[in-house]
Amino acid sequence: MPTPRALILRAPGTNCDLETEFAFQRAGAQTKRLHINRLLEGGACLEHFQILCLPGGFSYGDDIAAGRILANQLQLRLKDEIEKFVAAGKLILGICNGFQILLKSGFLLAENGETCPPATLTWNDTGQFEDRWTLLKTAGSKSVFLRGIETMYLPVAHAEGKFVARSADTLAALESDGQLPLRYACKANAPSVNGNLDFPDNPNGSQGNVAGVCDATGRILGLMPHPERYIERTQHPRWTRENLPPEGDGMAVFRNAVRYFE
Amino acid sequence: MLWEIDIYPAEGQPDRLGASMAADAADLGLPENITIRAAQGYLLEGDLTPPDVELAAQLFSDPVVERAVAAPVGDSRLAAPPADDLQPMCVLRKPGVMDPVSLSAENALKDLGLEVASVRTFRKYWVGGVRPDQLAVVAAKLLSNDAIERVVPGVLDPQQIAPGSSYAFERVEVPLRNFNDEQLENLSREGQLYLTLVEMQTIQQHFRELERDPTDVELETLAQTWSEHCSHKTLAGRIAYRDENGERRFENMLKETIFTATQELRKKWGDADWCASVFEDNAGVVHFNEQWNVVFKVETHNHPSALEPYGGANTGIGGVIRDPMGTGLGAKPVANTDVFCFAPPDTPADELPAGVLHPRRVMKGVVSGVRDYGNRMGIPTVNGAVLFDRRYLGNPLVFCGNVGMLPKNKTKKRVQPNDWIVALGGRTGRDGIHGATFSSAELTSESESLSGGAVQIGNPITEKIVLDVLLEARDRGLYNSVTDCGAGGFSSAVGEMGEDIGAEVWLDRAPLKYAGLSYTEIWISEAQERMVFSVPPEMWEAFSALCASENVEATIIGAFKPTGRLRLLYNEQEVADLDMRILHDGRPPVVRDAVFEPPPVVAWRLPTGPRQNHTHDLLRILGSLNVASKEWVIRQYDHEVQGGSVIKPLVGVQNDGPSDAAVVRPLLDSQQGLVISCGINPHFGDCDPYHMAASAIDEALRNCVAVGADPSRIAILDNFCWGYTDRPETLGALVRAALACHDLALELETPFISGKDSLNNEFSYDDANGARQTLSIPSTLLISAMGQVADVSTCVTMDLKRVGDLLYQIGATKNEMGGSHFSLIHKLAGGEPPQVDAPLAKRTFAALHRAIQQGLVAACHDLSEGGLSVAAAEMAFAGELGLKIELARAAPLLVVDHEQQAAAQNAMHTALLLFSESNTRFLCEVAPEHAVEFEEIMQGIPHASIGEVVAATQLEVVGLPSTENQNTSPPLVIDAALADLKEAWQAPLRWSSARR
Repeated sequence: MPTPRALILRAPGTNCDLETEFAFQRAGAQTKRLHINRLLEGGACLEHFQILCLPGGFSYGDDIAAGRILANQLQLRLKDEIEKFVAAGKLILGICNGFQILLKSGFLLAENGETCPPATLTWNDTGQFEDRWTLLKTAGSKSVFLRGIETMYLPVAHAEGKFVARSADTLAALESDGQLPLRYACKANAPSVNGNLDFPDNPNGSQGNVAGVCDATGRILGLMPHPERYIERTQHPRWTRENLPPEGDGMAVFRNAVRYFE
Repeated sequence: MLWEIDIYPAEGQPDRLGASMAADAADLGLPENITIRAAQGYLLEGDLTPPDVELAAQLFSDPVVERAVAAPVGDSRLAAPPADDLQPMCVLRKPGVMDPVSLSAENALKDLGLEVASVRTFRKYWVGGVRPDQLAVVAAKLLSNDAIERVVPGVLDPQQIAPGSSYAFERVEVPLRNFNDEQLENLSREGQLYLTLVEMQTIQQHFRELERDPTDVELETLAQTWSEHCSHKTLAGRIAYRDENGERRFENMLKETIFTATQELRKKWGDADWCASVFEDNAGVVHFNEQWNVVFKVETHNHPSALEPYGGANTGIGGVIRDPMGTGLGAKPVANTDVFCFAPPDTPADELPAGVLHPRRVMKGVVSGVRDYGNRMGIPTVNGAVLFDRRYLGNPLVFCGNVGMLPKNKTKKRVQPNDWIVALGGRTGRDGIHGATFSSAELTSESESLSGGAVQIGNPITEKIVLDVLLEARDRGLYNSVTDCGAGGFSSAVGEMGEDIGAEVWLDRAPLKYAGLSYTEIWISEAQERMVFSVPPEMWEAFSALCASENVEATIIGAFKPTGRLRLLYNEQEVADLDMRILHDGRPPVVRDAVFEPPPVVAWRLPTGPRQNHTHDLLRILGSLNVASKEWVIRQYDHEVQGGSVIKPLVGVQNDGPSDAAVVRPLLDSQQGLVISCGINPHFGDCDPYHMAASAIDEALRNCVAVGADPSRIAILDNFCWGYTDRPETLGALVRAALACHDLALELETPFISGKDSLNNEFSYDDANGARQTLSIPSTLLISAMGQVADVSTCVTMDLKRVGDLLYQIGATKNEMGGSHFSLIHKLAGGEPPQVDAPLAKRTFAALHRAIQQGLVAACHDLSEGGLSVAAAEMAFAGELGLKIELARAAPLLVVDHEQQAAAQNAMHTALLLFSESNTRFLCEVAPEHAVEFEEIMQGIPHASIGEVVAATQLEVVGLPSTENQNTSPPLVIDAALADLKEAWQAPLRWSSARR
């Protein structure tokens, strides 16, 4: 198969599209940045692409709640196209605002007929936007994007990133299905679902220290941390004092996506 | 029908808004045990069924963490309190105030297939634990801001929400030809024109010659174009200046000082000139590489921020971002900076004059206003400063800056005759009326009610989509010129663009937020997120199609007709016809007196009493608000979006040490970097504004150079914030600072490329005895620096790196304790402010840059507030490595008169070495194997190895040897655990909204 084509979807208020596109290009993907209006008009087709990425930002200002309005548009007006895209064995990645959109549109976690969705991303325990670097550990091998990755050090930059499940049972079920593959961690000991880490290791108070969620197939991933912000050494906060490889931890996420189609 | 949907936190979920409001209650003298519960409310107007409203409620609420109550306004379900004994009150925006969520919500409801006529948002509060007589204070001071909001006690009832009124055209003339001087002055004041009598007389004379009276909009146009804010008539005017060196007359003060220095440098550089456009466009422009120029601008938004901190700061950053966007054919913003000056946040509530908001509330509002705009625009906020002084109580200062990248071949713009005048972006509303003239006036305790219209809330997403289409349209060549709608709105933007050609504007075509605006309001409204483009008729189709494809509204509102006149029409009736020349050249010259009398020099003396150990002094300076960690502010700003972050504002082992400057790579595929820093120290201005300005320039430059910037490629900006410049002494202080800017720019070969001033920063009020009091800010000059670095991998940070490395001090220490932080904490008057030895500074910056380039410097930190001791402490705790310094080794760098008595000398010299704030000094960590090479580069520059990095958790400074007994080993003058130093530095501003 030739190099996969990645669609970087942007909307009013998307603002991490350029650096995310750059990371996909560096990983070897062909890329296209496209405005959501082109998809809504029906002129542009998802089927020409293998990877759909929803980058970070403040889609529609995050008015009402983070990601809500774009999630609504995807759910109401592009449901069939996206379901077809997933059924065709393709990949979807949502970073930060993209994660909020994927979760709130219902594509990431099945609703199983309940009126209340299984989980949401809500306001940080600190009550405010924060930009800080976090240590992450993977849990399980379900997510295509996280294959071969054990830990990553990446920045988060959000106000509404606290993962909250509908109930303890839902959280446990997601955990046992391997759908909570990325967790905030601390240097000393590994996190567990029952033991929530303190701030700032867990920067937002997420239940189970959840930093990323994947769908049942492992081909859709949403995560709050920004892998596109650590693809080279000088983006690391301590590159002037630590011995670091030229390539940043975040590159592996993009390389995994491209490699999946080789 | 009018429906209401209230969104509450679900059972067991935190009530963030309610809790944060309750936490601020103490600042207002309200009971600590106040209870506040909050709901986000939506009002929906339209022909909706109950299931429709249920669907809308699902859109507005998140069932995992929230619950919704939906019913027709006035329904009893909406009056059910979330707990017992709580009083409801609702906070609504005043008519015309921007409500960004309402626009998005209307569109999202359309996506659901619901046809709503309009959506409004509001906040509903339930308050308990206060006496009934305190409810009014809660409503007016805690839960709302009268400048933009109104409070409805109880729950909403349908009668309280009135629709806007429509507008009936009526051409208004102002019969000023017959006015006497008193009537002219009244007209100026009551019409909020803020023009002087001479200016009013000039206008009167002009219309007498025309044999007609002006219309209201003609008068407004003149007032706005001639305002201090837009024309800088004071500083660009005639000034007769006098100081100890004699008299000097300026025809145009700014031109003859700051601007001239840049022109001289450019001439001197000849072919090597790296400035592209200075002091002419909306921002200064310099070369970056073969394809790109880089632009930089810093603005203030002080007056609006004093009245409505969130909205003022919000629109401050929004406005300055539009400056690079409106520079050349449009630059892409890549970094923001912000510098704030507040009164101390612990100011007691009962010390506040009437009409002044509590400084803690001002600070929180300003920080979140900048945060919400910058973050949503996707522009990293990479550098800044926060200063505190009681004199900022009535006039906080809010400086916002933006750096942008501009293609070299898009740097020039020119309106062509008969281009369409196109308004882009936000709609025009009644917000921001009289902002340009208001910002040029002095604030009073009555300003809150008088000038509420000048305060606005921004809508960053509108600006973001404008930016998206601007860059695309620029690259496709779809327009000839662009500028932003800032102060003065269309009046200013169209007036400037059409200055050389002429313009005709059809005001009824401008898209409005709501009906009811008069033609004058449309013309002078400063509604945000608007830009004006000059689009050739043949490009209009492509231009408007592009805008429509990304939800951006673009409207032709006129044409640049080659008449040399400004004509305004409303429904095809002429409402203004002015000669462009009267607008731009007709203002009578302002002539002002300026005088500076140097204050008498008082020798600086050590505080009395035995003082062997200075650890406590160091802890106090680290914990003083100006020096203390600003992490609470910094982390709320996304400083990494766009992926170009290289040196972050916080560095070191725990990512929390104070960086000297920020470095970003503006082009993802290049290693070339931009370095952003600033210099500001109003305390030196209390001694001598000349040395304050020189020191601010030196500080901005040394911050830049400390991280690796090339000192021969640093461009700087000036922002003067001053008091009432009609007072000769106040203006004299400003001229003196401008003279220093001229001298230093020339000697350091560092060009000013743009600047801005904000004058009359004074606050008048009646005190308890009914006497008029005036609070003036300290003269404040912000110097912002933009440096360049060829390869970012050569940059260094300030955190200590390795045990065994040597610590060098670069630069001489002098007896310059005037305005120092040591003096501030000990309340010591007197002393000289730090001066700058410019030729030596130039050589020092060049040598340090060479050493950094050659990889000889492991860590570098500039010496500023608190001098050597603070810099050393910060380097040590950021690097989590011990440091041992011997003052005897630093003593050769001390330059003092030999007048002091030997006995007093030792204590005096110790204090100077540790705490003097002399300019052009650095601490450099150098590996022993690089020491020889490093010292070779530093030949001819004062330098000394003063200590070592050690495997310890302490900062130890060994004092000078005793002059009396050479055999006793000298005492430790500083001996502190790094953890204690860091805690002292972090504790004062370690605020948090949830963890209290």
